[in-house]
Amino acid sequence: MTTPLTPPPRKNPEKRTVSPTLPPAMRSRAAMGMTAAASEGRFALQACAECGAPQYPARDACVGCLSPDLRWQDVSPNGKLLAETTVRTSTNLYFRERAPWRTGTVRLDVGPVIICHIHGDVAPHARVRLLNRLDRSGQGVLIAMPEHPTPDMQDDPEMRVLTSDPKLRRVLIADGRNPNAPAIAAALGRAGATTIFVGEAERWRPNPVQAALLDLPGVSILPLDVTDTASVQELAGEIGGKVDILINNARFIRPGGVLSRGDTAFAAQEMEVNALGLMRLAQAFGPGMCARTADGVNSAVAFVNVLSAHALVSLPDYGSFAASQAAALSLSQCLRSEFRASGLRVMNLFVGPTDDDWHQPLPPPKVTPKAIAADLVRGLQDGLEDVFCGDVAKELVERFRAGPKVLEREMTMGGGS
Amino acid sequence: MSVLSDLSAALRSGAVQVVDLTHRLDQDFPVIVLPPEFGQCARFRMEEISAYDHRGPAWKWHNISMSEHTGTHFDAPIHWISGRDVPNGAVDEIDPAMFVGPVVVIDCSAGAQRDDDFELTPAIIEGWEAEHGRIPVGAWVLMRTDWSKRSGASYLNLREDGAHSPGPTPDAIRLLVHDRDIRGFGTETVGTDAGQGGHYTPPYPAHFTLHGAGKYGLQCLCNLDLLPPTGAMLIAAPLKIKGGTGSPLRVMALIERQ
Amino acid sequence: MARAMPRRARRGVDEITRCRWMWTGPVKRSRQSYDGVALVAPASVPYRRYSIESAHWWIAQALRTSLQSAGLQKADLDGLCLASFTLFPDTAVGLTQHLGLSPRWLDHIPMGGAAGIVAMRRAARAVQAGDADIVACVAGDTNHIDSFRQLLSSFSRFAMDAAYPYGYGGPNANFALLTDRYMHEYGATREDFGRIAVSQRANALKNPRAIMKKPLSMQQYLDARPIADPIALFDCVMPCAGAEAFLVMTVEEAERRALPYATLAGAIERHNAHADDPVQLRGGWTIDAGELYEMAGCTPQDIDLLQTYDDYPVISLMQIEDLGFCAKGEGPQFLRSRDLTISGDFPHNTSGGQLSGGQAGAAGGFIGLVEAIRQVTGRAEGTQVAGARTAMVSGFGMINYDRGLCTGAAILKGAGP
Repeated sequence: MTTPLTPPPRKNPEKRTVSPTLPPAMRSRAAMGMTAAASEGRFALQACAECGAPQYPARDACVGCLSPDLRWQDVSPNGKLLAETTVRTSTNLYFRERAPWRTGTVRLDVGPVIICHIHGDVAPHARVRLLNRLDRSGQGVLIAMPEHPTPDMQDDPEMRVLTSDPKLRRVLIADGRNPNAPAIAAALGRAGATTIFVGEAERWRPNPVQAALLDLPGVSILPLDVTDTASVQELAGEIGGKVDILINNARFIRPGGVLSRGDTAFAAQEMEVNALGLMRLAQAFGPGMCARTADGVNSAVAFVNVLSAHALVSLPDYGSFAASQAAALSLSQCLRSEFRASGLRVMNLFVGPTDDDWHQPLPPPKVTPKAIAADLVRGLQDGLEDVFCGDVAKELVERFRAGPKVLEREMTMGGGS
Repeated sequence: MSVLSDLSAALRSGAVQVVDLTHRLDQDFPVIVLPPEFGQCARFRMEEISAYDHRGPAWKWHNISMSEHTGTHFDAPIHWISGRDVPNGAVDEIDPAMFVGPVVVIDCSAGAQRDDDFELTPAIIEGWEAEHGRIPVGAWVLMRTDWSKRSGASYLNLREDGAHSPGPTPDAIRLLVHDRDIRGFGTETVGTDAGQGGHYTPPYPAHFTLHGAGKYGLQCLCNLDLLPPTGAMLIAAPLKIKGGTGSPLRVMALIERQ
Repeated sequence: MARAMPRRARRGVDEITRCRWMWTGPVKRSRQSYDGVALVAPASVPYRRYSIESAHWWIAQALRTSLQSAGLQKADLDGLCLASFTLFPDTAVGLTQHLGLSPRWLDHIPMGGAAGIVAMRRAARAVQAGDADIVACVAGDTNHIDSFRQLLSSFSRFAMDAAYPYGYGGPNANFALLTDRYMHEYGATREDFGRIAVSQRANALKNPRAIMKKPLSMQQYLDARPIADPIALFDCVMPCAGAEAFLVMTVEEAERRALPYATLAGAIERHNAHADDPVQLRGGWTIDAGELYEMAGCTPQDIDLLQTYDDYPVISLMQIEDLGFCAKGEGPQFLRSRDLTISGDFPHNTSGGQLSGGQAGAAGGFIGLVEAIRQVTGRAEGTQVAGARTAMVSGFGMINYDRGLCTGAAILKGAGP
């Protein structure tokens, strides 16, 4: 049985904060297909397109027929634990610090034999279900889970480092004016977040969702304007050491593309909020969070961006906004690289058109604040890097992967079509 | 002794004092809020270029950005559609002599304290003149409401139906512009018009009338309570922005010690 | 199917084509013997836990010692076969210039624990064929502080992709899994593995070169600090610096120079055998051992001493089974009934092996072979087994992912003490 996590004691100010260490991050190019699947929480293996043989570890030629045509595909994650050990010391600092560490050999029902992490609730020689998760180095690793859920299974120490679980963590929601802020705060509270800081820009203007936020337990509203460097720095100075998960939900959106707008004023504001706001939050809060990724139960774990799925491809009716989302996506990728050494995860939640004033002229389906909140919390609990929220976002990314140029042409019909 | 050397002596002795009527340019100072589909007034923003560090070892400086109408600011005639054809209506074209001139202050603070939507009416102006004399031609007229002492949400005082703050009625502003031929009109609120000024005819009568007649506006002023009703001299020089419709500025008054 | 082939194949192509089924693979021929090959001048450079010297230094010292004991100059060498993990960025090629050698036959064997057997096989064929007259087989590695960890981090692609990320910083955890599975499958106890470690320590005490100098009791073995359950401290070899060497020449040459020599009665190697076994409970020896005994014209009962590759007791036990000394799974019972010390009825790893002698990288693949040459030539001094004329040496190497891939074995004969 997993021992449930308990709230950590207040930090001993005389103790040095533990420096983050990472598990081995080197992988072959082929093996990173597993990382790509893990970033979305999928369990996938290479399979030979010619003879069908599933492969593990990742290969560049089929172990059965030498075909180079190996494709990643989702397969059954079920198998049986054949052998196990508890590693009590390691030459690798990361595992040495986390010893004892349970690991073992699982034979998948689909064939391959896999060395993986083992959840503490798995019985010897039991049937297991493998999860593909990102480790702190940001690479996909496999963990064998009990076939059926057990109480507090998310609190297992091996699970805890493979996820960004909000339980017992402190969260900052950057934009308390966004209509999705109350739903996100509520969902995080239900998921066990202890403190929910909510930023609010321009407190000299009424905030229609302020009352809903203040109704929630653990919420405190603080001044934060992501377009104002001084404001971001000031809040980071005050609470930066207590932010374990930062949720950048700040968004500025206006309809219009390039020619359908007469100027660049809204575009500048979209960039200011959506792209540079991300940058300001990362510059002010990032270093402190990076230093606290090994800080016990409430260590810093994730920097979350709520992005439009049109970061992937333009939506000309909101073309300028889409451009700012593309910029934000690109910055988030850069940030991943810069956070890598600390193990701090960047999670992007991609949404389709949201159910708000600015998408009022668009037909359904639209993403509700509740759906955003639910997928955001699930993404954190699964330690994901990319979450596609809602049918539009899911469909869009599928089309994007099938052929970005075709999608581009589809999205840019325009003219008389 | 010349006039200016007298003034210098008076400034040195303290017989003439300088009063600052300007708010600090602050990132969090309110700006006018329009319906969101309209273009918006940029907030004041300041980014460090360097601060005696690797970006510039011996110097500190900032890049700043804002609207022409951010903070304590000047409205030029071409700010409003009624003034678009006024000769020399942009800030860079205005005769600099217009930036220094006499100022009178009409104290509406008691009324504004009672009523957020307090109106400056012709009757109030005429009442003031009965006490202090006729408003001189070419004077700045400042409407004192003590609104500058408000902060946070109570400054714009936004409600579901928009902002609520004091301002002049159409008749009052017409009286000042057409009958008294003032230089310009200034307030402590975010605009020269009342918060609900859009519901007058014409909408935003201060903007419409002032600028249509080639007059100027000053808003977001403070320290009006330190000025005498008459007898002070106002210095309000906007930046010389090419084709500018307004400008943040430092507004000062010279007053004689009583 | 391959295992069923040899007998049939020897009857020739014509006969096979008359069979009801068609054999389309290559025709399996009988092996030629290693007659006329002499193994001489065994040399060991005393191991050190850590060394500031390079692999080049260690290899040079072993080569020098071997040449001196044979009364040869390095100019007399015309072949070199090298094994080392820590020679980077050099290979055997760079070493020829470094050491001033000009061989007409050169090989580099990256096979770790199987390197000794494989190097000897290669060298023996070169000498038989006349491609070289005198081949030096040398293995050496250094061990700096932290160099073991660095070595592990670049060992193999599958380990990088699928083992290191799970805390497998070295083979401890791999062997823990094999041991766990073996115990589960065949009912072995820790005490059974302890018999191997304890008797090897007794042997090591008679070998002045062995790193371990203190006696080891069964209780000490059982009480040792756990490393990766069920493996504890005395199940693990100690990484160290060291080098081993021997020379391969014709029997005529050895006799002309009056050098004591061993002959090679048979030798086998096999790689990536039993790939479908989910956990490695047997090695490639099971495929080839019969042919080995056939070549040598003897049976397990004729073996006077056995040198297994012993980085962990479980693998020595598997070699004892797979080389035919007892049936699969009966190893534990076999150990309980035998005395594995020098003077016992089953002399095993007489020098103390790696478990008590230390593991000097690739030299660990040579240590048993060099000791066997000493034994059958009567030059083993303190560890000499009485009447040692037929020795079996076995090699095992390269934990590529979840198992060792290289196996080899040889039977050496000599005049004895």
